[in-house]
Amino acid sequence: MNHDFWAVEKLTLTSQTPEGGFYAGRAKPGETVIEMRGITKRFPGVVANDDIDFDVKAGEIHALLGENGAGKTTLMNIMYGLLQPDEGEIYVRGRKVVMRSPKDAIALGIGMVHQHFMLVEPHTVTENVILGLKSPKGILLDLEGAKRRIEELSKKYGLKVDPDAKIWQLSVGERQRVEIIKALYRGAQILILDEPTAVLTPPEVKELMAIIRRMAEQGHAVVPFITHKLPEVMAISDRVTILRRGKVVARIRTKDARESELARHMVGREVLFTIEKNPAKPGRVVLEVRNLKALSDRGLPALKNVSFSIREGEILGVAGVAGNGQRELAEVIAGLRRAVAGRVLIDGRDVTNLPPREIIKQGLGHIPEDRMGMGLILDFSIAENAILETHSSPPFARGWFIDPQEVGKHAERLIKEFNIMAPSKDTLANHLSGGNLQRLILARELSREPKVLVANQPTRGLDVGATEFIRRKLLEQRDRGVAILLISEDLDEVMSMSDRIAVLYEGEIMGILPAEKAKVEEVGMMMAGARRQTEFEA
Amino acid sequence: MSLEVFLTGLIAAGFRIATPILLAALGETFAERSGILNLGIEGMMIMSAFTSFSVTYDTGNPTLGLLAGLITGGVMAFIHAFMSITIKVDQIVSGLALTILGLALSTFLFISYFKRTQPAVEIWEPTAIPVLSQIPIIGPALFQQHVITYFAIILFIVSTWFLFGTTWGLTIRTVGENPAAADTVGIRVERVRYLCTIFGGLMAGIAGAYLTLVVFNSFFGGMTAGRGWIAIAVVIFGRWTPSWVFGGALFFGLVDSFQLRLQASGIPISPQFSLMIPYLFTLIALIIVGRKRYAPAALCIPYRRGER
Repeated sequence: MNHDFWAVEKLTLTSQTPEGGFYAGRAKPGETVIEMRGITKRFPGVVANDDIDFDVKAGEIHALLGENGAGKTTLMNIMYGLLQPDEGEIYVRGRKVVMRSPKDAIALGIGMVHQHFMLVEPHTVTENVILGLKSPKGILLDLEGAKRRIEELSKKYGLKVDPDAKIWQLSVGERQRVEIIKALYRGAQILILDEPTAVLTPPEVKELMAIIRRMAEQGHAVVPFITHKLPEVMAISDRVTILRRGKVVARIRTKDARESELARHMVGREVLFTIEKNPAKPGRVVLEVRNLKALSDRGLPALKNVSFSIREGEILGVAGVAGNGQRELAEVIAGLRRAVAGRVLIDGRDVTNLPPREIIKQGLGHIPEDRMGMGLILDFSIAENAILETHSSPPFARGWFIDPQEVGKHAERLIKEFNIMAPSKDTLANHLSGGNLQRLILARELSREPKVLVANQPTRGLDVGATEFIRRKLLEQRDRGVAILLISEDLDEVMSMSDRIAVLYEGEIMGILPAEKAKVEEVGMMMAGARRQTEFEA
Repeated sequence: MSLEVFLTGLIAAGFRIATPILLAALGETFAERSGILNLGIEGMMIMSAFTSFSVTYDTGNPTLGLLAGLITGGVMAFIHAFMSITIKVDQIVSGLALTILGLALSTFLFISYFKRTQPAVEIWEPTAIPVLSQIPIIGPALFQQHVITYFAIILFIVSTWFLFGTTWGLTIRTVGENPAAADTVGIRVERVRYLCTIFGGLMAGIAGAYLTLVVFNSFFGGMTAGRGWIAIAVVIFGRWTPSWVFGGALFFGLVDSFQLRLQASGIPISPQFSLMIPYLFTLIALIIVGRKRYAPAALCIPYRRGER
């Protein structure tokens, strides 16, 4: 693969490069394309990878399963040349290789789609795809030629995407396709997919599954890394390797495996997939939203006349495909976005367009969608993050001063109560895993004993253990009488957690169903805007 | 005074005044596009003005003087690059430090070297372009300029093409927007940033040399008079695109040129007020145009692999 002037120096192979380039000729189906033997990687205090063997064959989908912190990311970074192993060897098509950087991996036909997409938002799809590659026109960009190749790839693998679109205009699913094209464009034979389904909506997941299958049929080796959404792993992969605490705990042919077995290996104990839920005892109305209208960041109508109410001890789930007004709804209620019309009432008191601090005082808790950006300050410690909203009132504040002792005690209480895995209360939020970040947000919000809790994507991207914990806590709050608005793109979550389900489509509520009567098919059709139910108020 | 003479003079002087600002701003555009904010421009300009003056004074060769200015700008930019890219010091602090250092050091060196005299060098004459310079109004206004002015205009055209039409330009823009994305496809983020920052320093160096060799034919303390800052403002006004930067620099040049004519016209107006006009206009233009955010997303943020 040709790179331009800025790129890192050339790959070193420990054996001779065969004539006609290293990757001359395609691998035959079934041929082992990459093999990792005895990979060990230590970080201060932890062995992230402990003697791991892993291999993938051409045309095979070999999923790597494990909870957060199991060592998947480390292994993947080693496979992609971002990290170098302390011990162990890597063979690509039978030849021992040493990869010093991603560029070496790319040259060996290894491509990777990161969970947090590595795309430049103001640039076009084409510009993103050809980034860092030599152009056939010398130093001039060959955008037209690149566009044609992208369209070819797009057709061959069913990766629908407009090469001229700017990245910021694309949905999450489309961005992922751009990342896949980016890897294929560089001639990737081995594709590493980091949590490919974590951010996708159900229809997008289906489409991705089809794309992955097509890639395998074309002879690519595909390695998806997965922490949750086990059914999809079952449906698509040929083999599964499960990691726990840096070690391989199981290697399973998917045909022979059951979902519960995978989960047990992953977590190290039995996992309950059904949520135990007490019957709801709804009281008086706590949160009321009337004819709410709001604009999106681009100034377009995002919420059109949204009305609903939630009672004490009740969970209203909001289902919908991403970008149909969910974020705007949560933000308007929390006072982070202006309502252009309509009312939001908490306990009968009008809180529309009040400053967030006032709304918090009225009893609102908010778990925002973006836990790193909006939910926490990553450069602050756990203790500081835990008092973000309450730092100016007693017991944390004494006059103008903050009482560090009270703050510390509070943080230690939360760490214990919410099982936050951290060395101390002074650990920076930056050093916490996704699951622990979410536990911290939840801990902070619940410690204020809110009357209303808005939870936007509370379990997105979390592993099985953390997801289970968060859901249990939410149900606990509901039983304590909190009114909960649960916004989630995970339809299973909405279906299993909610007492009533509202479906958002293009900023409108297509209908509100009692959860026990709702069928997946019906909700799915409403998510596509197909059918409008008559308003149902339980 | 006929309108023709007035216009010719206005435009010619406008370009003359815009030249150092355009050069420094184009250089800064590259640096900022790669993610490095260089607030040391003012200091680099004045240090280069000093070195190019001294070298020209000693050797009598303005080309050597220009070279000295170029090297001075490059070396200072290298210091800024080292501070902000390798050591990852706050870019604002590093840039401000270089500006303060440059302003003070240049005056100090000038006084210790030349005592209290006010030496001058011969002015570096403009070069008329044959045929084109004969066109009425435009000819004398545009084509009887100094070589460095022609260079600045060519640089603006080449920069547009380079940033938006070449693979290297795409690389630079990506490094300034999302360095992690560049890193994962094998681009060396730090190298790109170093080169862009040093290029910015070289251009500031030429700008400083131009001031002593072409405009003032002398050196005096604080002679850059905020031109480095105006260059930075012009980059923001210019939304980090060379063509808008060109427009912004020329706008400043024309307003300043007009203001000079206003002073000379004998209209009773305080010269202090008159001198303020171009800066005031820059500020107003910045408020009008600079409201929306166009800045490179990774501007001022050091890149560390694997950081959220």
